Amino acid sequence: MPDTIPFADHYGTLRDALPGQDLPWLSSLRQSALARFTAMGLPTPRQESWKYTSLRPLEKLGFGATGAPRACISIDRAPSLLPAASEHHRLVFVDGHHRADLSSVGRLPEGAELTTLRALLAHEPAWVERHLGAVSGAAADDREQPLLALNTAMMMNGFVLRLAEGTVVHEPIEVVHLGGAGDQPLAYHPRNLIVLAPRSQVTLIEHHTHLGPIGEEGQPYYANSGTEVSLAEGAVLHHYKLQAEALEAFHTATVHAEVGRSALYDAFSMSTGARLSRSEIAVRLAGEGANCHLNGAYLMRGSQHCDNTTRIDHLVPNTGCSEVFKGVVDDAARAVFQGKIVVHRDAQHTNGHQLSKVLLLSDKAEIDTKPELEIYADDVVCSHGATAGDLDHGALFYLRTRGIPEAAARAMLIEAFLAESVHNIAAQGICPALMASIGHWLAGRPGEEA
Amino acid sequence: MLDIKNLHATVGGKPILKGIDLTVKAGEVHALMGPNGSGKSTLSYVLAGREGYEATEGEVLYKGKNLLEMAPEERAGEGVFLAFQYPVEIPGVPNTTFLKEALNSVRRYRGEGELDAMQFVKLVRSKTKQLHMSDDMLKRAVNVGFSGGEKKRNEALQMAVLEPCLAILDETDSGLDIDALKTVADGVNLLRRPDNALLVITHYQRLLEYIVPDHVHVLAGGRIQASGGKELALELEKSGYAAFSATAAA
Repeated sequence: MPDTIPFADHYGTLRDALPGQDLPWLSSLRQSALARFTAMGLPTPRQESWKYTSLRPLEKLGFGATGAPRACISIDRAPSLLPAASEHHRLVFVDGHHRADLSSVGRLPEGAELTTLRALLAHEPAWVERHLGAVSGAAADDREQPLLALNTAMMMNGFVLRLAEGTVVHEPIEVVHLGGAGDQPLAYHPRNLIVLAPRSQVTLIEHHTHLGPIGEEGQPYYANSGTEVSLAEGAVLHHYKLQAEALEAFHTATVHAEVGRSALYDAFSMSTGARLSRSEIAVRLAGEGANCHLNGAYLMRGSQHCDNTTRIDHLVPNTGCSEVFKGVVDDAARAVFQGKIVVHRDAQHTNGHQLSKVLLLSDKAEIDTKPELEIYADDVVCSHGATAGDLDHGALFYLRTRGIPEAAARAMLIEAFLAESVHNIAAQGICPALMASIGHWLAGRPGEEA
Repeated sequence: MLDIKNLHATVGGKPILKGIDLTVKAGEVHALMGPNGSGKSTLSYVLAGREGYEATEGEVLYKGKNLLEMAPEERAGEGVFLAFQYPVEIPGVPNTTFLKEALNSVRRYRGEGELDAMQFVKLVRSKTKQLHMSDDMLKRAVNVGFSGGEKKRNEALQMAVLEPCLAILDETDSGLDIDALKTVADGVNLLRRPDNALLVITHYQRLLEYIVPDHVHVLAGGRIQASGGKELALELEKSGYAAFSATAAA
């Protein structure tokens, strides 16, 4: 069927189940997004920013869509990255559908709200109208964002986190996405909004995982999320993510963030799962003194493909960014790191640093690294670096001469390589879970989570 | 304990060892001296099993077993220990984690039970005390940012914890001031027992004042050119290696 655009026909199936049908602005937003997506189709490697990542396997598989959650799935408790005893707030989605019975949002401080897009469309559609697409629309050249257009057309639900001025949430907020519950391969498109008013602060943890094999093998699924982050003056968002999808799954995530004066967007993501994943983060540093940290780690093996693509726009003077991605790639797996930093004409005194470090554990493992600095201001400090190599043979030999078997010595060195990134995370509560997922990967059980 | 017979070895295809014969018995301390480039470090790496250091002829028996067939970790399990001339820095691995993993790996190999965290801490504390080491060095990443002396002390600590039967000390005196040298030598001397043996590789006689050898061998041109008692080291200190280098070249 070369003439049909994959996923475009899902709209007909989903239409009656999509939220906000009584809202004309939303219907027209969806319609125009669908029209754009239909015109563009899925991205192909012919596009510069998709040069190293092909969605052909996604096209071939043929996913369905469903407007209703599968009722018979029962889970006692969704997995958590936080210690069981710790205070935190949780929203749980299964195949993109909110599961109130698994969620537990405790008492949030005055001025903090954690809810779903569907609920907010019902109660405060005007607020959603104001914010949906506000950040991504300002940032993106729509023609390059077919996946976001697809998301906009078919978004069923997602989380909304908003904080009023000066609100500080001390307990972390965890959003868990569980995939693979369908009895057929499903595609779903979560849409999330994070809006932080001046001087508010919160830590958000996203955990993307799966229910584990239901039959002989888990069902493939496709999660295509879109997230918009708006940080007003002095706001701080710590945004952490573990992508541990099923190994048959596809995961694409688009994040657009706008960071205001003296605000901080601090992001860390770790990827161990999915057959094919792409995380695309675009940050606009739009107020003086705005900062962002985009850090990440990934562990890939088999024939997995993991793409981290970032773009940071320095729009005004005195903004900073630091970006460190560390990866471990084994077997015939492939990783892509594309990091673009654009320093606009007015953005004097920009401080930008980018580093990509990769361990390639086999001859067939591959990394494609593309750093891009576009600098239009003359008084800036910007640097980038990239390394790719095998484990340090000298260190490996040293450990083995002390009696540590080769496999354990290798694991020790890989863990040490990534541990630094994990331990730099501000929310120390999730470090044990992230280190555990590194441990699981090293033990050859990548999909297993605590 | 160690029987090296007609050992030839190459590094990157280049012949370095050209027929070494050396027998070390339990309870003995042997010093191996020689000029730079004589093959001293090559011998230590061949004995420890480093990749790229290939034995092409001859054999090495350790306690009657073929040492050259064993993986480096098996050699450690069997009780062979190499104190490195240049200890390797391992960022991100705390020294104490490394020591515990090493000790328990060796204990597993030997069929002994693993030590739990408490037993391990107790053991290490007693050893660091003997070596005048601070606990701070245990928390830091292995050898990262250590001074030359601290690195060598750390080698001595590993040796003390792993309690090898055969310890090979490769230029342990290099980069050490006299106080550090004494401390490290004291640590090494604690291992001198009738059932243990030491092979001390050194360029200078200095270390041998503190670790007194029973036998001294001169290595030059990939072969042992002379063997004798501890007085041979003193002779070398006076006359240098020139005579042996000439012999080797001839």
